[in-house]
Amino acid sequence: MITIEKLTKTYNKGQVLAVQDVSLDVRHGELFGLIGPDGAGKTTIFRILTTLLLADKGTATVNGCDVVKDYAKIRNSVGYMPGRFSLYQDLTIEENLNFFATVFGTSIRENYDLIKDIYIQIEPFKDRRAGKLSGGMKQKLALCCALIHKPAVLFLDEPTTGVDVVSRKEFWEMLARLKAEGITIMVSTPYMDEANRCDRIALMQKGQILSIDTPAWIVGQFPVDLYAVHQANTHKLLKEVRKYPGTDSCFAFGDSLHVTLKGGATAGHEGEEGSAGLTKYLRDRGLADVSMEKITPGVEDCFIQLLKS
Amino acid sequence: MEPVITTDKLTKRFGSFVAANELSFEVNKGEIFGFLGANGAGKTTAMRMLCGLLTPSSGKARIAGFDIYKETEKIKRNIGYMSQKFSLYDDLTVSENIRFYAGIYGMSIPAIKQKTKELLEELQLVNEAKTLVRELPLGWKQKLAFSVSIVHGPEIVFLDEPTGGVDPVTRRQFWDLIYAAADKGVTIFVTTHYMDEAEYCNRVSIMVDGVIAALDSPAELKRQYRNQSMEDVFYELARKAKRGE
Repeated sequence: MITIEKLTKTYNKGQVLAVQDVSLDVRHGELFGLIGPDGAGKTTIFRILTTLLLADKGTATVNGCDVVKDYAKIRNSVGYMPGRFSLYQDLTIEENLNFFATVFGTSIRENYDLIKDIYIQIEPFKDRRAGKLSGGMKQKLALCCALIHKPAVLFLDEPTTGVDVVSRKEFWEMLARLKAEGITIMVSTPYMDEANRCDRIALMQKGQILSIDTPAWIVGQFPVDLYAVHQANTHKLLKEVRKYPGTDSCFAFGDSLHVTLKGGATAGHEGEEGSAGLTKYLRDRGLADVSMEKITPGVEDCFIQLLKS
Repeated sequence: MEPVITTDKLTKRFGSFVAANELSFEVNKGEIFGFLGANGAGKTTAMRMLCGLLTPSSGKARIAGFDIYKETEKIKRNIGYMSQKFSLYDDLTVSENIRFYAGIYGMSIPAIKQKTKELLEELQLVNEAKTLVRELPLGWKQKLAFSVSIVHGPEIVFLDEPTGGVDPVTRRQFWDLIYAAADKGVTIFVTTHYMDEAEYCNRVSIMVDGVIAALDSPAELKRQYRNQSMEDVFYELARKAKRGE
């Protein structure tokens, strides 16, 4: 449904490398995630695929259409929700939706089924100007406007950034329903925990893809054993674990630390460098009641690991 | 423990809408206090009052020992503030930004010189002193913005979603800076949408529909609500919100 081949894009006369030699494919009906921090190149990819920006090198197609030659066809068949709210602030909810429906030669009624679940949540405020809406309502309106012409492909650039946990959950539930309608969705997010909601993901950093596959496969590629180490005083624990000579990496994850050991040492290896060595080391430094268990890594662990290599 | 923020029934109304309703809490010196809430719960309104930028409708509060009605200018001098959208000037160099903010806060020229030197060393930005901030990677900007926000040695620093958009390693390095500042006695008042970061706080409050629905240490909140993570605690409380954001 989407193909990208060796795409490169620079800004400022080549000084800023935004996207570097990126290739990927998104299948029909897939929910595909671009996961990475600011500056990873996510927005640039969206803008090239929605024909708003020309690549320096490489090719891309959306729904079988070339992003350069067939740009007009692409514009008719995709929905795009940019990261920055870009509806008309002076128009009401209803006027915005009507406007986008009319521009695409359709009406709200024609595709109402597709947006109904989302629209009914903002319908009580349909006479309110878009500029006066809260973040969550703007997000829902923008999604309705991107969907009103029943696009084959939906592009969502960081729809959940700055949004609270409850709204984020609701938003992903909406995406799952749209996917069930057969719409191919490409979505970007800086929240690593949202990666698991996608069929496949590309982990991105500084214009490059670090890894691309299903979340389960990426997690399965984690090269060493990962331990969750817990003690009531997380901050002191963090300092001490970092000092331990056998520690390879150590990062706080909520109320625990995620630790990898040098040489990929495992729990079976009871030497000074192993996990038994670490708990002894901590006990010797006054940290009692340390619990340490081997855990399955998450996407965020994998991202951190990939940044190292 | 010595409270540096105390509020008593602090309330802000906009017409008939009660944005923040009778907030009463204390934050202690050197504490890392997480201020959580759904979008529209009233966090921004509360934070603006605490920073002396918005006059409350009723209730009392003292920030760094100063009254929230009468001594707002003193409050502003004794707090630091950093938001997600950096307050750094892109067109100034790293050292110019430090000098600018230190100057705004009325530091003397020798003190500014000394502080600039210290900060550049601490942040390992000595070689970048003459680099325009625009050219710095996001993570460095963030660290610089934090350091600049406490350049004048405030008692409290307010961090409004400071870690948005950075990679997972940089985000955690940023928390190292927060811990280091707290160890030196700076009180940290922080908002975030990353629930794992809520776990890094000493205590956390969760606002729902203008009121503080819960306030305790993350461990205690998880125990009270019988949840595995702060994300679950937050979800359980915030989904009951009636306010249409």
